Amino acid sequence: MALLELKDVSKTYRTGDLDLPVLKGVTCRIEQGDLVALMGASGSGKTTLMNILGCLDRPTRGEYWFEGQEVSRLSNDGRAHLRNSKIGFVFQSFNLLARTNALDNVRMPLAYAPHEVGEREGRERATKLLERVGLGDRLDHVPSRLSGGQQQRVAIARALVNQPSLLLADEPTGNLDSHTSAEVLRMFQELNRTDGLTVLLVTHDPEVARVARRTIRIKDGAIADDGRSEAVIAAAHA
Amino acid sequence: MRVTRTVGTALRALRRNVTRAVLTAVGIIIGVAAVIAMMEIGNGSSTQIQKTIASMGANNLLVQPGAASSGGVSYGGSSVMTLTPEDCEAMLKECPAVRSAAPVVRVRTQVIYGNRNWVPMYIYGTTPAFLDVRDWTDLDSGECFTDRDVRNASKVCVLGTTIERELFQGESAVGKEIRVQNVALKVVGVLSRKGANTMGFDQDDVVLAPWTTIKSRVSGSSAQTANQSAANAGAAAGGTTVNSLNQLYPGALPLYPVPSATQQADSPMPVRFTNVDQITLAAVSGPAMPQAIAQVSQLLRDRHRLRPGVADDFNVRDMTEMSKALSSTTDVMTQLLLVVALISLVVGGVGIMNIMLVSVTERTREIGLRMAVGARARDILRQFLVEAVVLCVAGGTLGIALGIGSSWVVSVLLHWPTESSPGAVVAAFAVSATVGIVFGWYPAWKASRLDPIEALRYE
Repeated sequence: MALLELKDVSKTYRTGDLDLPVLKGVTCRIEQGDLVALMGASGSGKTTLMNILGCLDRPTRGEYWFEGQEVSRLSNDGRAHLRNSKIGFVFQSFNLLARTNALDNVRMPLAYAPHEVGEREGRERATKLLERVGLGDRLDHVPSRLSGGQQQRVAIARALVNQPSLLLADEPTGNLDSHTSAEVLRMFQELNRTDGLTVLLVTHDPEVARVARRTIRIKDGAIADDGRSEAVIAAAHA
Repeated sequence: MRVTRTVGTALRALRRNVTRAVLTAVGIIIGVAAVIAMMEIGNGSSTQIQKTIASMGANNLLVQPGAASSGGVSYGGSSVMTLTPEDCEAMLKECPAVRSAAPVVRVRTQVIYGNRNWVPMYIYGTTPAFLDVRDWTDLDSGECFTDRDVRNASKVCVLGTTIERELFQGESAVGKEIRVQNVALKVVGVLSRKGANTMGFDQDDVVLAPWTTIKSRVSGSSAQTANQSAANAGAAAGGTTVNSLNQLYPGALPLYPVPSATQQADSPMPVRFTNVDQITLAAVSGPAMPQAIAQVSQLLRDRHRLRPGVADDFNVRDMTEMSKALSSTTDVMTQLLLVVALISLVVGGVGIMNIMLVSVTERTREIGLRMAVGARARDILRQFLVEAVVLCVAGGTLGIALGIGSSWVVSVLLHWPTESSPGAVVAAFAVSATVGIVFGWYPAWKASRLDPIEALRYE
């Protein structure tokens, strides 16, 4: 079953009198439980596509279906609700709340959940997720006392706290060294494999794209290439 | 639950930059503290001023008997006797706007001590309540006569300072006896100095004694307003009766005044035992004066059985001039304080707005993140608004404490009169919360209008 589906999606920015088309009719499906890399050079429209997929932005034209729901027709509040309950975000620069401990950072999205989550349940959920990303002993550490890799793992735990159906990672390893990058990527793979979580990695780094089962390349606002990566196919055959 | 969580979030956000939060709140703290201190000090001095004016008689009422007329000739005010001591007691009991009341019987005659004599401006027969009515309860020496003295018609009196000076010439008067109309009155107290009244009359030129004493021992009838027929009748009766108590009850007073024919025709009332010349009374406060006048008038009409349409047989007078001064002083004071209060709170509020705007800019990424994880515009708006209100209310609370503290310090060190004002505390609290909402609104609205994509990318 398709988790999300784009049908002829276009996005045009207006700067003064000039129309600047960024996406030109993108059509694609992403299946539930897939691990997809979205690649493209800067200026290719990759970020715009990610914003639309993450329900942060609306397409100028075309349809975007998320779990059988037409997102581009939703109001701002409707999309906020969808982001809260269905999508987990992981950013390049972690975006943790400064001077706030790991536990509170992870619990933050619960405050906006449409169905209220009790204090104790929220604490339990956050603790479990932090243990899962290997930070069970650092619940009360503030971001400045955590390494980059640890911060990104807190961010991943935060993305998972509302049990989303899609994990959207925007250059998740952009600020990490190669060792911690590998660690974080392994975590994405593991989440995808054991939980069946759909993961979308937005990157320009082929090393990152290599962990994905499927790679979508964007060029000049359109999909240039969409295919199963050889490594994964090979691994699947092996 | 939602609210406590939002407040919790706000507190956490404020704790992330304690120094700034405190500095921001200082504006409100100082504003509220100034308001509270001003109100307390202002209330204190306002009360003091009111007391001073009230001691001049601003909330005093004077009830006098009405005018009699015969064949078109009016005898002027107080020419009939209609007031009784019972009227006075009834006023106290039945008029809630009356604080205290005292009957007054006047005579004007010579007082003698040793080889000196003097004719006081006022010789008043009254009750101890008179001093309360006139705000004159602090005596220089001795004490006032008591209600018991009034019941017993005791031969005691209280002197004003002028009399003490004239008769005793520096000696203490307390314990000595003065003679009034050949009746010896023991001086039990000397009043404090009151000075001249607004008309320039010396108020210390006074002798106060129980009204029963003046009425029954000193003067057969009221000197100035003698009801001639009654006095003549009394004199005639005295002339034919042998009375060994003649020296004690000069004027051979009949037990009660015989009502004249006119009086009987005007108000067919049962025989009354005694009359008083006037009743002075004090209203509970300056603003309660009109109420007091209305209540007293109605009560006296009832007690004197005046049918509707019949003119009052008494006059109620107030000190309009002084009560006007009283209310205008208080009004100006209150308005002045209000203006000061508003200015300082607005200054504090602008400070809050300024810092909240800086805070919104500084936390743009945080706002973007919160929006990305599902915060709606109104969640952001509420968060920043609650933060501003929490800041203001916390500042307001500290300000109230500081204000009360500083007014206490002022009252202790400078001996200024202060008076706590719970109304100001409640108002300051409400106003600081309102300031938070009003001045927090714009920054919060600005935050809620941010585009999450832009905000997330903000450096």
